[in-house]
Amino acid sequence: MKLENDPLNLIITGVGGQGNVLASQIVASAGIKEGLYVTVGETYGASQRGGAVMSHVRFSAKAQCSPLISEGQADIVVGMEPVEALRVMAEFGNAATRIIVNPRPIYPAWVLSGQATYPPIEEILGKLQDLAESVRVVRVAHDGETPPPANLLMVGALAASGTVPMEVASFEEAMREILAPKDLEANLRAFKKGAEAMASD
Amino acid sequence: MSTLTLDRPGQTVLMMGNEAIARGAIEAGVDFCAAYPGTPSSEIPESLARVAEHFGLYAEWSTNEIVALEAATAASLAGLRAIVAMKQNGVNVCADFLMTVNLSGTKGGLVIAACDDPSAISSSNEQDSRNFARFADLPLLEPATFQEAKDMTKWAFELSEKIGLPCILRSVTRISHSRGNVELGEIPERTRTAHFEGAYISGAFVPIQHSALHQKLAQAQEEFESSEFNWYAGPEDARFVVMTSGSGWLYSREAVAALGLENEVGILKLGTTWPLPERYVIEHLKRAKEVLIVEETDPFLEQNVKVLLAEQPETQDRIEVYGAKSGHLPGFGDINQDKVARALATIKGLEYRTRDEQYAKKAGELALPGLPPRMPTFCPGCPHRASLWAIKAALKLDGRNGFVTGDIGCYSLGAGPAGFWQLKTLHCMGAGTGLASGFGQLGRFGFDQPVVAVCGDSTFFHAAIPGLINARFNNSNVLMVVLDNGGTAMTGFQPHPSSGRDAVGKPAPVVEIEEICKAIGVDVAVRDPFEVDQAIEDLYDMLQNDGAKVMVFRRRCYLVEAKEKGKRRVYVNAEKCIGDDCGCARFCSRVFNCPGLIWDHDAQRARIDEVVCTGCGVCATLCPRGAIAVEGDER
Repeated sequence: MKLENDPLNLIITGVGGQGNVLASQIVASAGIKEGLYVTVGETYGASQRGGAVMSHVRFSAKAQCSPLISEGQADIVVGMEPVEALRVMAEFGNAATRIIVNPRPIYPAWVLSGQATYPPIEEILGKLQDLAESVRVVRVAHDGETPPPANLLMVGALAASGTVPMEVASFEEAMREILAPKDLEANLRAFKKGAEAMASD
Repeated sequence: MSTLTLDRPGQTVLMMGNEAIARGAIEAGVDFCAAYPGTPSSEIPESLARVAEHFGLYAEWSTNEIVALEAATAASLAGLRAIVAMKQNGVNVCADFLMTVNLSGTKGGLVIAACDDPSAISSSNEQDSRNFARFADLPLLEPATFQEAKDMTKWAFELSEKIGLPCILRSVTRISHSRGNVELGEIPERTRTAHFEGAYISGAFVPIQHSALHQKLAQAQEEFESSEFNWYAGPEDARFVVMTSGSGWLYSREAVAALGLENEVGILKLGTTWPLPERYVIEHLKRAKEVLIVEETDPFLEQNVKVLLAEQPETQDRIEVYGAKSGHLPGFGDINQDKVARALATIKGLEYRTRDEQYAKKAGELALPGLPPRMPTFCPGCPHRASLWAIKAALKLDGRNGFVTGDIGCYSLGAGPAGFWQLKTLHCMGAGTGLASGFGQLGRFGFDQPVVAVCGDSTFFHAAIPGLINARFNNSNVLMVVLDNGGTAMTGFQPHPSSGRDAVGKPAPVVEIEEICKAIGVDVAVRDPFEVDQAIEDLYDMLQNDGAKVMVFRRRCYLVEAKEKGKRRVYVNAEKCIGDDCGCARFCSRVFNCPGLIWDHDAQRARIDEVVCTGCGVCATLCPRGAIAVEGDER
């Protein structure tokens, strides 16, 4: 396989507890299944404790990449949380970056305690638009049930977005290998929901 | 199927560096694994414990790192292959045994995986454990890729067996916790049986043993001269060589490529860094005029190479060495390809830029202002939040400027806003209790403040018991609070001696914390920190007593509880919450500050974020209006 950009740099960002690590693991496994070198660098030192989490996923047809993306070198940003997508753009974005974002905020502790305010969601999306080549917002109806897990929802959206070279089937195969059987169905459902949201966008 | 058990040699899979180390041990036919959890090393023993039954190997969580190393060494002395894994601080805990087992030597392959945490992403310090290899005269290997993490681990067992010494495999966070391609090798049949004979006595004729150790190390050095883990990439006659080890290899390769210097700069990549393969290094540096040394974290390779160069005949041209000493690389923190490229660019007089300056300016101005910071905090439902609230309240009631000495675990976050800034000291495992036992003696010098030492349940077993015994023996005025959440939570909730299960998940005998305290002879009470008022009252009472005493705040990590038992719905009764008219000053969201509690700006009322909330319900006991309720448990 030949990549248009080699390496192709993807950042998946969110908040501890959203399942960043699992999302990056599935995306990377799908890449390896298609014969690519994939490196995933994680920043999850304090992930379980509500900190910002970022996974750098780097695809190459030529060689194993280092685990970190250089400043300004993100080709794709998947934001599981909108403010975190903006934070990532400040450091890793460039004019050609494509963004896929979940618009549901998770409020930082300082916002809850009143020491900081959370910007209006439309303002965040507007800024993302200003900084990137494209912004695709993944909106899903909740149907009254618990919202689907953000990580697989966003992986589904990524798989259907045409920004990464892997087939949807490779993602599903990776999920079957990585996920515990009891979690598989709910996660496949979230994955499909994300993919559908992208298709109808 | 797990990539650890997958028996398909030649297949390429995605593996975390730590999983690759575990897989390397499996491909070496490892028999025995012992460890104490510590980021970024925990996935090595966790992976081996997961497949222990499948392969018939033994895996345990030991009470601390020195015990783990001693236990693993026993397996080695009986002829088995054993691995221990630990974070950098754990190597310090091992140091005493390390500095004697080097003299006695070992038999079966023994590998010490030391995982350093440059930039202290999840640590209370950053230290370069490679110094221990030089200190203890032990061979040192540094994997540079995920593939090497596996292959080098396998070879480390063979080397250890060959020379009769433990072998240190040094990883760093960016290797251990990153993932990449690994081509699987064969899994051998395990056929070794354990039998001890001979004697391994350190301390008999020490100078002779020390000399023998140097000979063993020379033997390792000879092996290193032809190791497949050392290589040179680049033009034959390069005048400029980047010399690197471990994580530095990938960064160096990308930095050289980003600056378009592939045709003039060579890279000498070493996987075997102590002792240095001297002939190999000199052979590849003999045409160089300049060398940049790239490594994490200390200038370890840099200093060793400088010593080597100083020993060369005077006829050889002087080589300029750049690195931490010259200020081109930091010598602290982690590194990346940008730091390496900037160092190279500075030396070469080039410019290095990774994005358009105008865009960078715009991105900074547009994205960053008004962006709320996201500080790490206790998880929703974390019992430590309630425990530290109770400690804060009890110390305030007491009114004598009491303070808390801290320890290592999730509750270390109590030094910041998450724990109401309660922890005033923080060092290493067990230090909180040791410090408190000292503070508790200072009354004779006019010291009149009560001292509370906090420590986790796992930390209690690891390192706090000697401090508590010291406080009892010397009659120190100390209140130790054990924050017992049922597991080693910080590193992924691994079991410990009072968890009731072992590393592979089987039932295990329970060592009760309060029974140990009773045996030591101190007063001990056990309370639920979610019964906050009672907890405050009893803590206050204990603070009034002299001598050493222990309060155990027992409440299971609620993330684990909610995962196992399902979460209860907690909600705000909109009729009872009267918002800012209450006078509580938004206690739940502003002061107690659990991430599940949010302030609804439209309704001007408190609200629960149902996605984030774990359903612990402690906020229901704290709300002064009783406006928060747990479904099915309305009071």
